[in-house]
Amino acid sequence: MTAGDAAARLDDADDNAGAIWPAIRWGLARDLRIALRSRAELGVQLLFYVIVVTLFPLATTPERTLLATMGPGVLWVAALLASLLSLPRLFAGDYADGTLEQIALSPHPLAALVSGKILAHWLTTGLPVAVLAPLLGIQYSMSGDALVILTIALLLGTPILSLLGAIGAALTLGLRAGGSLLALLVLPLYIPILIFGAGSVDMWRSGLDVSGNLSLLGAGLLLAIVGAPFAAAAAVRIAMD
Amino acid sequence: MLEVRDLAAQRGYSVLFSGLSFRVDAGEALVIIGANGTGKTTLLRMLAGLSPPTDGQIFWNGKQVHPFDAELRGALAFAGHSPSLKDELTADENLRLLVALSGAPVADEAIDLALDAVALGKKRHLPARVLSQGQRRRIGLARLRLLQRRLWILDEPVTALDAAGMALLAGLVAEHLNGGGLAVAATHAPLGLPEARVRTLSLA
Repeated sequence: MTAGDAAARLDDADDNAGAIWPAIRWGLARDLRIALRSRAELGVQLLFYVIVVTLFPLATTPERTLLATMGPGVLWVAALLASLLSLPRLFAGDYADGTLEQIALSPHPLAALVSGKILAHWLTTGLPVAVLAPLLGIQYSMSGDALVILTIALLLGTPILSLLGAIGAALTLGLRAGGSLLALLVLPLYIPILIFGAGSVDMWRSGLDVSGNLSLLGAGLLLAIVGAPFAAAAAVRIAMD
Repeated sequence: MLEVRDLAAQRGYSVLFSGLSFRVDAGEALVIIGANGTGKTTLLRMLAGLSPPTDGQIFWNGKQVHPFDAELRGALAFAGHSPSLKDELTADENLRLLVALSGAPVADEAIDLALDAVALGKKRHLPARVLSQGQRRRIGLARLRLLQRRLWILDEPVTALDAAGMALLAGLVAEHLNGGGLAVAATHAPLGLPEARVRTLSLA
């Protein structure tokens, strides 16, 4: 779905107010539209990811087997940092200009509105990171199969980063050292995703079955989809006081 | 009907107000006055259900409400300190999004008419960041007109408005009260409403 479609569908969102889908659509269409108006900011975040990934081969070794071992880990850490860098955009702007108050006071279910915003965040940060990964992985002389597994793992893992990150972003609203506190709060939560995500390529390289790791990532994603929007919504309400 | 009993607010160690009780009936407006820092905004945020009262109860239509009460959210139009606009979006898009957020079905023509009524018809496709403070406030007025809510809570609604804007606001509130609506507003400047409908609460 393009942003244009999403924006156009906003108009039918009015028909059954109070339901969940219109609220998700509202958050999604609105944040996508805002993101498209500030493309430079999105580009900077993606460029940051590309540069971080590119620095490691330059700084370490041109040796192929070593690079192929490091590659998945480096790509995952860079994906984590790129996600972290973009998290303040999720709520801080809305908090500063007062629109978050209106969102919190809307009769729509807040968790659904927040879900739409998180989905928009993933589409504009996590998805491009996962899509670029095979391209960047070539720098690490990773094999075709390894790149496929890496991309699948990133596609499963990056939405969890957005979902968990949303809780942290909402909890640190209005705090003075919000940005650095957000990193301290969220990065430890990202560790299990990093372990299973980067670990899946390692397992494949040692000839083990990767379906276990990917299933765990999938299970984590389902859990985060069910829980995180409610936690983030509760945190947004706390931030209103 | 909005009723408040023994409301108290505390910020840190300082008590802003305590033992505050009042009632606002349909068709009435309550204007809250007081110097800076006396708790006007705090009181409005409590009434809107954004922050929990330190002490006391708030009733809407006879039922006690807690922060983010679903029924109150469905009846409330809150206009806070800032005009709640996204700088990246146009006046038209901002208004549409705010109205869609309230869950009210609104036709395209109604949006156009509302923007024309606040003299923003020609500026509707400009991004909000290039609009003046007063024009941004006017989008808020257009929103109030479109929302069809019973209770209006307005924080400093006259800020940055010119004479014509203030007249627009007074007209809107008067129309709202005539239709049986309620309004609570914190303000430094008089709103220009018919005196019979207005009660004043002074926070000192």
